[in-house]
Amino acid sequence: MKPAAFDYLRPSNVEEACQLLLEYGEEGKLIAGGQSLLPILNMRLSTPEFLIDISGLQELKYIHSEGDWLNIGALTRQRDVERSALVKEAAPLLSEALPYIGHMQTRNRGTFGGSLVHADPTAEIPLSLLALNASVVVQSAEGAREVELNDFFITYLTTDIMPGEILREVKIPVGSIPMGYSFQEYSRKHGDFALVAAACVLDTDEQNRITGVRLTLGGVDAVPVLAADAADLLIGEKLTDTLLQEASRAASAHVDPEGDLHASREYRLHLAQVFAAKVMETAYNRAVAKGGTA
Amino acid sequence: MIKVNRNEWFNLRMQVNGKRYEERVEPRKLLSDFLREDCGLTGTHVGCEHGVCGACTVLVDGSAVRSCLMFAIQAEGAEITTVEGLAQGGIPHPLQDAFSECHALQCGFCTPGILMSSVEFLETHSNPGTEEIKDMLSGHLCRCTGYKGIVEAVQRVVHRQKEGEEASGSGDAVSICSRTTPAV
Ligand SMILES: Cc1cc2nc3c(=O)[nH]c(=O)nc-3n(C[C@@H](O)[C@H](O)[C@H](O)COP(=O)(O)OP(=O)(O)OC[C@H]3O[C@@H](n4cnc5c(N)ncnc54)[C@H](O)[C@@H]3O)c2cc1C
Ligand code: FES
Ligand code: FES
Repeated sequence: MKPAAFDYLRPSNVEEACQLLLEYGEEGKLIAGGQSLLPILNMRLSTPEFLIDISGLQELKYIHSEGDWLNIGALTRQRDVERSALVKEAAPLLSEALPYIGHMQTRNRGTFGGSLVHADPTAEIPLSLLALNASVVVQSAEGAREVELNDFFITYLTTDIMPGEILREVKIPVGSIPMGYSFQEYSRKHGDFALVAAACVLDTDEQNRITGVRLTLGGVDAVPVLAADAADLLIGEKLTDTLLQEASRAASAHVDPEGDLHASREYRLHLAQVFAAKVMETAYNRAVAKGGTA
Repeated sequence: MIKVNRNEWFNLRMQVNGKRYEERVEPRKLLSDFLREDCGLTGTHVGCEHGVCGACTVLVDGSAVRSCLMFAIQAEGAEITTVEGLAQGGIPHPLQDAFSECHALQCGFCTPGILMSSVEFLETHSNPGTEEIKDMLSGHLCRCTGYKGIVEAVQRVVHRQKEGEEASGSGDAVSICSRTTPAV
């Protein structure tokens, strides 16, 4: 199908884009990489009156490190993040997660920030950034504000971004780069959205005891989930098979997946446990190989 | 700042296969439709119009993208390459030769998109393995071939490139295809 008619607006900078959003309110729709929005427009699931095209704004395309932060502009293409040596060095979890998103051909246009704002509960970027304890900078005509990702996801396809606001930047703390990390997912077909995805970053001390861990699960709830209970069990411990089983059970204990055409609720719960265990184990082994005494 | 109202015609300029085009379009016109209807380049196929099948893949400034997931107006000033731009002076692109030799197409609906992705892929991967080729092809649906011939065709080009680099020795084709075209 073809999209319904709209007025096309192409602002020359972020300030202009914010002004347009203010002017057009709920009728104005931002387009970044278009890889989620175009299918929606083509199927006429949405028919915005005004399309505000920010895809060309160079000022929001960058990857740089500043002190203890890795900052990525919202309009940076997914493919550029995937291939960035700086990202691989400072946030290897992201480099591992990015290739799972759709296909090379969609990553060539899809943006880093667009995925975060779209907030599909199985999406790789939101899940990894939550594990990395990232924050975002959001801009409106009134000014900028910072939001932690812990507070960013509201429900299915809905974030804390208000009408009139633009996602500017993602800030990832990289002061102490986690020693171990892992991203893994299960999808029915390579390149499809995941049924369940999991991400983990983890640190160990010289005795191979876990000193810090963040585990996140996607596809098991309306938003990406931080499995804090599992993390609590792991702190101060060495990872044994028993502990791994216990922690992965804890991780999936509080999640509430819905069954659908692709997978039943029970199957998703099963996958959540299996993939929680997989990423914790891989992250632990990597951390130990890097710093421990194993 | 650029503003084009819904029923206004925008004077769109872009370079397609090295040729300059200037056409009047509505803002909602998809790049795929622009190429087919306004430029008359019907080699770019349209299957699903929601990014899944890959038939509409073209190169925009050298990157393989879905032309159904882009508005034509967003490609203003860009350089586009479609399947029509692959052959030079009547001589097929090495990928086109290999596709023909390895029976990498039957109905041919998916082929233009796969060729365009393969062009970018070979430019960015000097010695790709089978898994990498399959990963690139995962963005394309082919309902006829079973993909085997397609993988073999891409491998054949990789082999020929390597051969060409190593020595300008014998021009014998490496036997990568399981099937070869019978002499006509
Ligand atoms: C075949 C196919 C497979 C895919 N598979 C996956 C997958 O496996 N995993 C996955 O995560 N995604 C997948 N996607 C979607 C992914 O490709 C999109 O790139 C991503 O979800 C959205 O990013 P975008 O830049 O394309 O945003 P757009 O489509 O342009 O926008 C998406 C939404 O975000 C808003 N928006 C975008 N940027 C901003 C901003 N800076 N500030 C405020 N609002 C903004 C838009 O208004 C819109 O509502 C797939 C898409 C296709 C076509
Ligand atoms: S027509 Fe564009 S991907 Fe199917
Ligand atoms: S050759 Fe027919 S769809 Fe691929």
